[in-house]
Amino acid sequence: MSDHILLPEGSIEKQTTTLNLGPTHPATHGVFQNILELDGERIMKATSTVGYIHRAFEKIAERRPLYQITPLTDRLNYCSSPINNMGWHLTCEKLLGVTTPKRVDYLRVIIMELARISDHLICNSIVGVDSGAYSGFLYVMQFRELIYEIYEEVCGSRLTTNIGRIGGFERNFTNAAFEKLEKFLDEKSGYPAQLKEFENLFTRNRIFMERTIGCGPISAERAMNYGFTGPNLRAAGVDYDVRVHSPYSSYQDFDFTVPVGTTGDCYDRFLVRNEEMWQSLHIIKQAYQKVQEFKGADADIYHADVPAYYLPEKKDVYTKMEALIYHFKIIMGESTMPAGEVYHSVEGANGELGFYLISDGGRTPYRLHFRRPCFIYYQAYPELIKDGMLSDAVITMSSLNLIAGELDA
Amino acid sequence: MLTNEIIKKKLTEKFGNQITDWQEPYGMLTFTAPKELNLKVMQYLYDEEELKFTFLTDLQAVHYPDNNGAELAVVYHMHNWKENVRIRFKVFTDIQQPDVFSATALFQSANFMERETYDFYGVNFVGHPNLKRILNVDEMDYFPMRKEFPLEDQTRIDKDDEMFGRG
Repeated sequence: MSDHILLPEGSIEKQTTTLNLGPTHPATHGVFQNILELDGERIMKATSTVGYIHRAFEKIAERRPLYQITPLTDRLNYCSSPINNMGWHLTCEKLLGVTTPKRVDYLRVIIMELARISDHLICNSIVGVDSGAYSGFLYVMQFRELIYEIYEEVCGSRLTTNIGRIGGFERNFTNAAFEKLEKFLDEKSGYPAQLKEFENLFTRNRIFMERTIGCGPISAERAMNYGFTGPNLRAAGVDYDVRVHSPYSSYQDFDFTVPVGTTGDCYDRFLVRNEEMWQSLHIIKQAYQKVQEFKGADADIYHADVPAYYLPEKKDVYTKMEALIYHFKIIMGESTMPAGEVYHSVEGANGELGFYLISDGGRTPYRLHFRRPCFIYYQAYPELIKDGMLSDAVITMSSLNLIAGELDA
Repeated sequence: MLTNEIIKKKLTEKFGNQITDWQEPYGMLTFTAPKELNLKVMQYLYDEEELKFTFLTDLQAVHYPDNNGAELAVVYHMHNWKENVRIRFKVFTDIQQPDVFSATALFQSANFMERETYDFYGVNFVGHPNLKRILNVDEMDYFPMRKEFPLEDQTRIDKDDEMFGRG
């Protein structure tokens, strides 16, 4: 900010002002507190306080069998809980040595990419709201609603989804789910048309560009050193994506590109997220096509054949002896769990979401640690906003896509 | 192509038999280093031309109350993005004097992660610029993730069984 007027030495107005930005400020979109030291409107120093909504998930998880931990993962990044759920199921499957059929993988990919879209569209449209353009937010919000309806068809809930189980899904996708998916993917009336309109509103909008270009930038080296992952890292120019580096859930079967930026500022982060939404749409289309190729009995596969770990359907529990026994064993924690330690990560909407699970062979994890991308890259926030304007700090915060639930675990 | 064998060979050449407990659970090379050497090992992994583990993925602690004299383990996950190889290494420390050198000089990302580890396990990271509680309240005077604080039993004991036909 070179054109900022520096007040002369000894001026009475030279004193800096201390301002509490948050924890309940409406512009912070969550419980974040930053104590800012301001010279006029310029930020001299920022100190972040986190932990306002800490809920001791790691401690609680030490008391719960594997399938009861899924609802805890919902509440990390609640804008894209299906990715957290799937990440957790995949971690358990890695520990237990369960392999899933291709159809399950593709259905999971559809759900995960829908979740990525729903997360990115919130983040990008909120950047718009914070820079003074509210309408884009309302446009894309309709489609988040549609995504939530798809979740609802699959698992019965919307925000904190608890979707799927170890080994697959709780039930097969209904026709209504696929119809809604087709409605979502429709080129003319579906999300692609809306996203195009959203981009028309923002990408070359002069006001938006002037507000976001050069705002909160970070270099690739600093970003790596600060532990950035996900879209924020890619905006700085590093093409690290867990889906490509360590493919899980058959991501290697899909054709997509990893968009990267150059400067790592708010504008680049915005562009990277937009492009990722296009890529996600592209992946969903491919996955849906692959799912449709399963005919006959194959089209009814929605879970792996692992009765010792896959919680059986309730109607089977009431009618089949074997299902009743396994249901009892799983609920009471009698299924054997191998001792060992496993780290598994998925590409969450914010970056590498990792699960480090140590099992001693008991009913519950001996230790479970969530690698929460938000928590790690939030450390860079004071550095990003230093020497910038107060209003830039607000945009920078929303464009980092900080989710309080993930930050505080 | 960087394989686990190469990493193991390089580390053994450099540190000899100070590095112990080589394992490969689920394909990830895992080993234990003496706690005085944690920064040396990390710096070596970071700098060495063939290794280049330049990304600290994760850092946390584990409590083993029965492991006398080495109750706390600090676990580091590092990642080489170019070769896409991950490793995990642990340092064990006495719970009476849980001093471990801080990795903040090498990785900025270790700052919050070490504060979190201190907050929950009480590991004292020597050299950390701002080692104070992060997720818990500042007034807390214990380290809640340690195993001596078990969660409440999920079976209810406050109800009189007789009233529920189980007496």
